[in-house]
Amino acid sequence: MPDLAPAMTEILLICVAMALLMLGAFRGEEPGASRLVTPLAVMALVIGLFILLVGEKSESLAFEGQFVQDAFAIYLKILILAGAAACLLLTPAFLQRERIERFEYPVLALFSTVGMLLMVSANSLVALYLALELQSLPLYVMTAFHRDQTRSTEAGLKYFVLGALASGLLLYGCSLVYGFTGTLSFEGLASALAPAADGTRTISTGVLIGLVFIAAGLAFKLAAVPFHMWTPDVYEGAPTPVTAFLAAAPKVAAMGLTLRVFYQPFGAWAPEWQQILVFISIASMLLGAFAAIGQSNIKRLLAYSAIGHIGYALVGFAAGTQQGVHGVLVYLAIYLIMTVGTFACVLVMRRKGQAVEQIEDLAGLANHQPMLAAAIAIFMFSLAGIPPLAGFFGKLYVFMAAVQANLVPLAVIGVLASVVGAYYYLRIVKLMYFDESSQVLDRPIGREFSIILGAAAIFNLVFCLAPSWLLGQAQRAAAALLT
Amino acid sequence: MLATGVVFFPLLGAIIAGLGGRLIGDRAAQLVTCGGMVLSAACAWGVLFGLGEEPYKIELLRWIHAGTFETDWTIRVDMLSAIMMFVVSTVSTLIHIYSIGYMHHDPSVPRFMSYLSLFTFFMLALVTADNFLQLFFGWEGVGLVSYLLIGFWYTRPSACAAAIKAFLVNRVGDVGFALGIAAVYLLFDSVEFDVVFARVPEFVGATLTVFGGDFDALTVICLLLFIGAMGKSAQLGLHTWLPDAMEGPTPVSALIHAATMVTAGVFLVARCSPLFEYAPTALAFVTFIGASTAFFAATVGLVQNDIKRVIAYSTCSQLGYMFFAAGVGAYPAAIFHLYTHAFFKALLFLGAGSVIHAMSDEQDMRKMGGIWRQVPITYTVMWIGSLALAGVPIFAGYYSKDLILESAYAAHSPFAGYAFWLGIAAAVMTALYSWRLLFMTFHGTPRASAEVMHHVHESPPIMTVPLIILAVGAVFAGILGLPMVEASGEFWHGAILMRHEPTIIEEAHHVPLVIKLLPLLADALGIGVAYLFYIARPELPGQLAARLQWLYRFLLNKWYFDELYDALFVRPAKALGTLLWQAGDVGLIDRFGPNGVAASALVVTRRAVRLQSGFVYHYAFAMLIGVALLVTWYLFRL
Repeated sequence: MPDLAPAMTEILLICVAMALLMLGAFRGEEPGASRLVTPLAVMALVIGLFILLVGEKSESLAFEGQFVQDAFAIYLKILILAGAAACLLLTPAFLQRERIERFEYPVLALFSTVGMLLMVSANSLVALYLALELQSLPLYVMTAFHRDQTRSTEAGLKYFVLGALASGLLLYGCSLVYGFTGTLSFEGLASALAPAADGTRTISTGVLIGLVFIAAGLAFKLAAVPFHMWTPDVYEGAPTPVTAFLAAAPKVAAMGLTLRVFYQPFGAWAPEWQQILVFISIASMLLGAFAAIGQSNIKRLLAYSAIGHIGYALVGFAAGTQQGVHGVLVYLAIYLIMTVGTFACVLVMRRKGQAVEQIEDLAGLANHQPMLAAAIAIFMFSLAGIPPLAGFFGKLYVFMAAVQANLVPLAVIGVLASVVGAYYYLRIVKLMYFDESSQVLDRPIGREFSIILGAAAIFNLVFCLAPSWLLGQAQRAAAALLT
Repeated sequence: MLATGVVFFPLLGAIIAGLGGRLIGDRAAQLVTCGGMVLSAACAWGVLFGLGEEPYKIELLRWIHAGTFETDWTIRVDMLSAIMMFVVSTVSTLIHIYSIGYMHHDPSVPRFMSYLSLFTFFMLALVTADNFLQLFFGWEGVGLVSYLLIGFWYTRPSACAAAIKAFLVNRVGDVGFALGIAAVYLLFDSVEFDVVFARVPEFVGATLTVFGGDFDALTVICLLLFIGAMGKSAQLGLHTWLPDAMEGPTPVSALIHAATMVTAGVFLVARCSPLFEYAPTALAFVTFIGASTAFFAATVGLVQNDIKRVIAYSTCSQLGYMFFAAGVGAYPAAIFHLYTHAFFKALLFLGAGSVIHAMSDEQDMRKMGGIWRQVPITYTVMWIGSLALAGVPIFAGYYSKDLILESAYAAHSPFAGYAFWLGIAAAVMTALYSWRLLFMTFHGTPRASAEVMHHVHESPPIMTVPLIILAVGAVFAGILGLPMVEASGEFWHGAILMRHEPTIIEEAHHVPLVIKLLPLLADALGIGVAYLFYIARPELPGQLAARLQWLYRFLLNKWYFDELYDALFVRPAKALGTLLWQAGDVGLIDRFGPNGVAASALVVTRRAVRLQSGFVYHYAFAMLIGVALLVTWYLFRL
């Protein structure tokens, strides 16, 4: 009997997902049953989170070394589960209003979440690919969930086609690497690519090309430039809860997987892959900053904002040091909370029962819903990286890591890009506080929204007072990745 | 302790009226400020008459202790500061009371009263300073309140312009003053008066390097300090702000721009007499500037038509007298004249205010005339003030002004003769413009409209009583103040240094009789001409002006000083500013900086947005291009 304890959470979630699928399949016609599925799924996610919190923190392997559980994976899994649970909690109200409430949605979300968890625990190229696909396939379906709406199906199809292309690139890269090294496991790759005893490194072109292809496949998941093209269309077209789901947890999982691939098997090749990452990072930051200025749809704007933020996180990544990883992990946590909060705000934007998505719809919000406007303002300032809000510290740590890794130009470009980016965040604040409202948004916004919004806003406000817990956890996770 | 009260009662009043004025109302603000001033004046009288031979100091608190630089807040009480406190608080009290009547129509009475009291506080802080820095505090404080009060009616553009002008011109002087203080610290390693003055003889002949040249240190210091004094006391060159300052309410003109603040420069020179005594070159310069100002301002005063401007130029001229008195070493004479002048000039200004009040806010003398029967008290006190100003015997100005002229005659220093003869000429003109003012305002046929004439009335007692008190001062201040200028200079107990034996005052008492009579002759001549021009043959001035058109224009335009400064400083500065603004800031920095960046950001944005075509094959193409680029990059690097 293999030791399955490290994969406890994943196993639990898979079982719950299966059970919920059965429940839906046999009792789906009864409205009571389908209403029960979402809370049960959220509960499963919370239990999984709890298992991780109390579980073993030291490194352990499972499934013949395909699966690794360490502090790094646990840190990210906690973020993923929290993000997924929060997004799932915000979903039913929207789906009900749009009359697309189906029991498949939470089941798909659960499967995707399991995929994400497996991604950050993947310890071989095969596990990497399988986890990635398990995460992606449900997301394609969820994107097209509003199947009577052209926008939604179009987005789902685009996402699927491009995702398939990215998977192809990734697989091709994996096969190149396997062909030139003869191993699939990360430990095997690490020892094959390690410098010789005298310190000289032989760099094989085939492996390098393979690395580029793997990087391209992963960058697609991260929505980093130039593999970002799907993002604005998918973010805009997908039903808003799906956009929120897409924007939060999968980003964390993809970043975790990318970090593990680059730092563990390809760790010795840091000087090589740094060049890719610096390029991708700069391109993402600049595109995110400039393209967002031209948007009028808030979901589209947030898509570019997400591209930009991945760019900032990659600044820390590109540093190639433990401090850089630490910066990225802190950034991810803060980014996840800001994103969930922001999308909660977008989800409550509706007028006479109809969801609205234009930035202009926020005009004069401060006069009618001061609390909501204040929360949005906090998120916008935090996304813009204005002290003392949490978003500032996220940027601070990645830029600091870059500076200490002698990547000063990268940090400078990052700071300049965030200045440009501040424009469109502040424009939203300006709209809410200084413009006249044409029409009023609906209220009340719902209890679960108030709680999540409030919690996220308070986190952003008070992070500067007590950052040590999060910083300590991220430190431990970063150390686990690099040893 | 009395001296502390002198300084701080006005501040208390200013704070209560200024911050709580809305709360307590007009009446209470007037009461609290006037009450503060009465207490302050009572204390000042106590200080003056209680002062024995020994000067003393009251330490209030430690101020700056940094390295070797040490200054404290200390009230210095010696004969000089006691007399200044006496003059400032007494005159200020009377003007406070007068203001109750004069300003009763104004909507912001508490603000006005508060400013007046605040000014008095700063002025008292200035005269009681024990070191240069404290003096500078008071100096800048009175400058600030002067600005606030000139621009008191801030809705009038002319008042705002005048306030800014006064502030800027004073800044020029203040730069000199500040540099002077810095030079004092550089040389003496202290800014305490006692320390500095005691060590002056050590530094005779010491040099300071200024702009690459070595100059006598004491001369440099004194000249810099005097530049400060020139700004505050409106001496030739930096005088242009004073006539414009008449935009302020009349009590302000009386208090600040006649009796007290403008004399701060004279006080500074007297206070620094131990320094100036060792800098004969600087003293010569003081004499020259003072005498020139006395003459210049008197000539301009001859042709002004605004009743307040005539008195303003007269003030400027009298300040010139004080400076050349100080310049020839007769500091007691300068302070004596300062003290008598405070009374009669405040009297003249308040009297003019009473006239303006009577004439429904008319200030142009060409639209007055023939009102003396309706305003008997004002008329009488204006006569007394003019007699005192002209220096007619037994009136206050006689003693001080004659002594100044005699000192100038007796002195051996350079420019003393120049000062004497210009002083005599100015005395003729002083009498002429004073009686021109009296005749044009009160005598002749009425030139105002019938409606205005109908309303002409004597001011209420709240205004006339201070006038009468000041008139008493203008008569007797001279006789009572004579001990100040006793020959030996013992009166000052060391507050003023006169190095030469016998003192210049002593020598002034022994000038020939004809010299003593000359000023009287000048007065008679001036009054006679005024009578001829404005009573006997009123058509003469017009004919004279027509015949000597160029001279008349020259004087009417104040020797073209404003035009000269406009062309020399204002317009070039404005042109430079416009150039930097339009070409430098808007054209260069804004265009290529913020605006340029913002515009190019929009261009970049438009391109970035256009990348997103919506076609899947474009997106796939972009991904493949990305991969191809990265692969190419590595292939070429390996």
